[in-house]
Amino acid sequence: MMDEYIGIDLGSTAAKVVVLRGKELVERFVLPTGWSSRRTAEEIACRLAQSGHSLGPGRKVVATGYGRQSVDFADRSVTEITCHGRGGRYLMGRDCTVVDIGGQDTKVITVERGTASSFLMNDKCSAGTGKFLEIMANRLAVDLPELFTLAAAGKPLAISSVCTVFAESEVVGHIGAGARREDIAAGVVESVVQKVAGLCTRHGLGQTVALTGGLCDSSYLVERLSQKLGRPVCAHPLGRYAGALGAALIAREKLATSEGKRDA
Amino acid sequence: MTASTLHLPTDFETYSEARRAGFLRMKALKEAGARVVGIFCTFVPTELIYAAGALPVGLCAYSEEPIAAAEADLPRNLCPLIKASYGFARSDTCPYFYFSDFVVGETTCDGKKKMFELLGRYKETYVMQLPHRRDDAALAFWREQILAFQRKLEDFYGISISEAEIRTAIRRKNRERRALKAFLELGKLNPAPMSGYEMGTRLDAGSFSFDLEGRCREIETRTAQVRAAWECGKTSRRRPRLLVTGCPNAGVREKILRTVEELGADVVAFDTCNGIREKLLPVDEENPDVYDALARKYLDIHCSVMSPNDGRLADLGQMLEEYAVDGVLEIVLQSCHTYAVESFWIRQFVEARGRSYLNLETDYSQADTGQLTTRLAAFLETME
Ligand code: SF4
Ligand code: SF4
Repeated sequence: MMDEYIGIDLGSTAAKVVVLRGKELVERFVLPTGWSSRRTAEEIACRLAQSGHSLGPGRKVVATGYGRQSVDFADRSVTEITCHGRGGRYLMGRDCTVVDIGGQDTKVITVERGTASSFLMNDKCSAGTGKFLEIMANRLAVDLPELFTLAAAGKPLAISSVCTVFAESEVVGHIGAGARREDIAAGVVESVVQKVAGLCTRHGLGQTVALTGGLCDSSYLVERLSQKLGRPVCAHPLGRYAGALGAALIAREKLATSEGKRDA
Repeated sequence: MTASTLHLPTDFETYSEARRAGFLRMKALKEAGARVVGIFCTFVPTELIYAAGALPVGLCAYSEEPIAAAEADLPRNLCPLIKASYGFARSDTCPYFYFSDFVVGETTCDGKKKMFELLGRYKETYVMQLPHRRDDAALAFWREQILAFQRKLEDFYGISISEAEIRTAIRRKNRERRALKAFLELGKLNPAPMSGYEMGTRLDAGSFSFDLEGRCREIETRTAQVRAAWECGKTSRRRPRLLVTGCPNAGVREKILRTVEELGADVVAFDTCNGIREKLLPVDEENPDVYDALARKYLDIHCSVMSPNDGRLADLGQMLEEYAVDGVLEIVLQSCHTYAVESFWIRQFVEARGRSYLNLETDYSQADTGQLTTRLAAFLETME
């Protein structure tokens, strides 16, 4: 049998898993991350076994993301920065700047000669991350896709605070003042876009910009970010798997048996 | 202060054993008649303090513990080094501050400069006015400041300091500089002969001693030992070689330097004021005017409080080659504006020379250890 390479991206809100057989992507799935990363890792192992990718000889695993250390059965762990860079590069087919808006943090990664060469991450605070959107969506009693739909129909209200807690009270203030939910939602997205764009400017962008992470499914966010940055931002349909893909690619490159290398 | 007036702090009994020992040691020293002058920065010419027969002690603080006490008086968004140094003073928990006869501040960065005004409430604080550029007018002014500092020492102790005493102090300090420089230059060996974490820790230990000669001998012996061990045990391990630059880093040595070495790198060079920066240039022993010699040396420390500060880039460029550096790790303490702004030039300079660069802004808390570890790991992965 041909060797398989499994990439697991254990993020703060969701776990993404892909399986490569040689060069072919044969399996992918997403699981919500529960209270315990270790528990999530066990679930992943279960799911893999059920779909015919039981762990063992002939299968190499690289784990990445926030919970990467909790994946006991991984052969190696690599940071999400390197994996997103590698995965983004793979999806785009060329060197690029990868912008990953994660649940916990946001990063801008320069990919040169196929691999991450430098990066910038947001500070300790959650402004400009998926977490921020989640908290605000909660306040507006909608889920994330609904938040984006609302936002697309709104005119952004100012949410100027750089701190999530203060921004939340601004949102509460807008709600209290009877502002349209569409406008508040648009304001929330705008605030994230602004933070992310700020991070991009500070780091510097290349010709091609790829958005990865769970939020790249939102065409509205992609459009707003493109406008702010003044250049197209590409969001690949598999963008949320970029980290996991990067991990699987690294497994293939670094952990392949000589046989596996021939397959690839 | 005469020996008979020496008291221990009111809370002394509640202190940890190590701290109590520190207080008792300093008290004994003082009772034996020692003169002790506290300093905060490498710009202060310690030669004059030695020439006055006094012991300079460094009061820059590197622990999170006293910060809460400092925040009663100081804003929260201030450099942790400033807050910690002040907090120790305010809470009577640093034996060196407590038993200093007086302390010497300097107008380096704004935060420290203004902190010294408040510090004066706890201990006599003498402030040297450091000019921030290096032209002739600045040099003349700084020379005057050095003379004024000498007068301060003379008045305070009721002594007079002779030129011969200053020359002796200059020779002793130059020897110490040479010894420390040679020790730090062990980092040029490839592969690295010891960890940067250990190097930094060793430098801290034993700094400021009356017995400069003894200290030099110790460092020289250690340097020779490390070199000999390296000669016979050379390995061919290949780990990324890092240069650390930016703010004084002793307060984040555990969470940054130890971590990055555990992740698989070697910290081989320190372009910092607790590293080799002040050691690069000795005081000119041939200069007939000792004050001019001191002024020139101490104006030529390439710290970011100076503007412009191109000398830092020149030093850095040389170190990148001599230490065969793969990546530069810049550590900026939170709210340190001069280093934060200057990091623009550093990044540009380093990347133009094909080296990886990572900038970490941090404080003395443990709140960001997880994030720092991820960044450091990713930084090393970019060099694989
Ligand atoms: S960084 Fe500069 S101002 Fe601060 S202690 Fe060092 S030499 Fe002095
Ligand atoms: S690290 Fe920066 S802010 Fe802190 S004392 Fe030194 S120069 Fe001032």
